[in-house]
Amino acid sequence: MKTWIAFWNILKKDMRNYYLKPPNISWGIIFPLAWTLMFFIKSGSGFGDVRSILPGIVAMSVLFGTTSMLAVVITFEKKMRSYERLLLAPIPLEVLMLAKTSGAVLIGIANGFVPVIMAAFIVDLSDVAWGEMTAAVTLISVSSTFLGLFVAVSVSEVFEAQTFSNFFRFPMVFLCGLFFPIAALPIILQPLSYILPLTYGADVLHGAINQAAQKPPGLNLAILAGFCIIFFGVSIRNVQRKWIY
Amino acid sequence: MKKDRQIIEVRGLARQFGGVRAVAGIDFEVCEGEVFGFLGPNGAGKTTTINILTGLARADKGEVRIAGIDCAANPKAAQRLMGIVPDESNLWPELNGFENLSFCGALYGMRGREREKRADELLDMFGLGDAAKRKFGGYSKGMKRKLTIAAAIIHRPQVLFLDEPTTGIDVASARQIRLLLKDLNDSGTTIFLTTHYIEEAERLCERVAFIVGGKIVRVDTIENLVRDVQKQRVIQLTLSRSGNTAAGSDSCGLEELPGLLRVAFPGIEFESITGSALRALSMKALPLAPLIRFLEEREMDVTEAKIIRPSLEEVFVNITGVALEQMRKEKEQGKAKGGKA
Ligand SMILES: Nc1ncnc2c1ncn2[C@@H]1O[C@H](COP(=O)(O)OP(=O)(O)OP(=O)(O)O)[C@@H](O)[C@H]1O
Ligand SMILES: [Mg+2]
Repeated sequence: MKTWIAFWNILKKDMRNYYLKPPNISWGIIFPLAWTLMFFIKSGSGFGDVRSILPGIVAMSVLFGTTSMLAVVITFEKKMRSYERLLLAPIPLEVLMLAKTSGAVLIGIANGFVPVIMAAFIVDLSDVAWGEMTAAVTLISVSSTFLGLFVAVSVSEVFEAQTFSNFFRFPMVFLCGLFFPIAALPIILQPLSYILPLTYGADVLHGAINQAAQKPPGLNLAILAGFCIIFFGVSIRNVQRKWIY
Repeated sequence: MKKDRQIIEVRGLARQFGGVRAVAGIDFEVCEGEVFGFLGPNGAGKTTTINILTGLARADKGEVRIAGIDCAANPKAAQRLMGIVPDESNLWPELNGFENLSFCGALYGMRGREREKRADELLDMFGLGDAAKRKFGGYSKGMKRKLTIAAAIIHRPQVLFLDEPTTGIDVASARQIRLLLKDLNDSGTTIFLTTHYIEEAERLCERVAFIVGGKIVRVDTIENLVRDVQKQRVIQLTLSRSGNTAAGSDSCGLEELPGLLRVAFPGIEFESITGSALRALSMKALPLAPLIRFLEEREMDVTEAKIIRPSLEEVFVNITGVALEQMRKEKEQGKAKGGKA
């Protein structure tokens, strides 16, 4: 019980002080809108094309929504040493890290649905597999949050965290089959695609929205869950090794 | 208060950073209800020790028990009993005073109503009631320090660890903090504090450990430590160079004086204090007239002579000075051996 009071209050504090700040919220709305418009201008096609680019926009919104704040929530607090207070609190390290990342996961999920809601005004989405779609958005959110966590605990400066996470994020946009199929990539880049979690999440989204998946959703989701466990486990180990010095 | 239960037990604690032995095998214990001081110069290993005790750093060797709990095996259970004031005031700058305290209470599992009531109580106690709604980031250094201490005791810990609680803040605030710590101790909290202010230790602590270069060189009650030096006689002389530099007189620099005096007055220890003062220390009566004559012959006027009541400061300087000297010698011997090999 005591542990959950701590968990809930850490989450609430981060939500109020970092995630739900106006610039962050407006970013969550403008970001998918900007990408959607860019694709329209580029392709010159009409609204009918919205469905084909929707999985990519959703995945990107989740990816950028989750990873953008972790550098602040974790690296900044580490630098300011307030993080030491959290490490010294009588709560298990796993619970602490979950509390610090839950906000990012929730924001990621919310950001993921922003383009879906926008698209619903333009095209008919009645045949989307909502269950699959929700599961995919959730697991993409968790896996990219934990990837961001991994980055945040591996560096010591906020700017390093941001640079390092861009180093991951931008290639992922192109390598994970969000907008062009992986098969269209140069053959030497293709193995890279399969070690990135977003590839599997994007495939579920293509299936849920356009019935165009390469692999069964169950398999994709299981692989994504595997990535989540690995990233989280490695991050916890890094914190134990480096921060409790 | 009965003080026989040991609440902190430390055995053979050691920690090395690269080649630096920050903590070099220390043993001590602190009894329940005691105020225990950890005194030492910069880099002595105070912060490293406190961080190992509280679970922020790891020991290479040794054992720490808090209220019987093995801290290596069960750090979280031990942390529940601790309040921690780190050497830097590290609360959340974007939260106000009240929110910071309430949040810290929540970290220890306190419920909403309970921690809010306690936060108000502490803000009043530390004279921060008016600043409760201001952001911590905008506090002055002294206010930050007070709020950091308040945050450490919100959950009424059994043991309070403070790393240099009053360093860098004004005299009045430091005094207020000391009084609050005294009250806290009177109500049963065990206090472990590090400091390099001798006076602070003298006023607050019952027992102190002197730590130098990662080693504890002495642990004793303030009473015993001071008793040792109080047998000593200390006279402080303020000197000024006299104007009539007559030919043939043995004029010399102030820095050479202690050496010359030691030769001329065997059995008496001399040390120069600040730029123009000199101290003579002896267990016997001091020969004041010959001393003044000796100085005058060397172009030094004695403008003031006063008797100093030896305090813990003398003990500290003696003990750490001797310890540092010894360590320097050991190091040199080690190097010489290493050089030959
Ligand atoms: N994380 C670290 N990495 C490397 N060396 C360290 C580390 N922490 C402490 N040290 C070294 O260990 C020694 C003891 O440091 P510590 O901070 O414990 O001293 P201190 O007694 O608290 O000093 P001060 O009065 O300046 O606060 C110093 O030589 C310091 O340089
Ligand atoms: Mg220190």
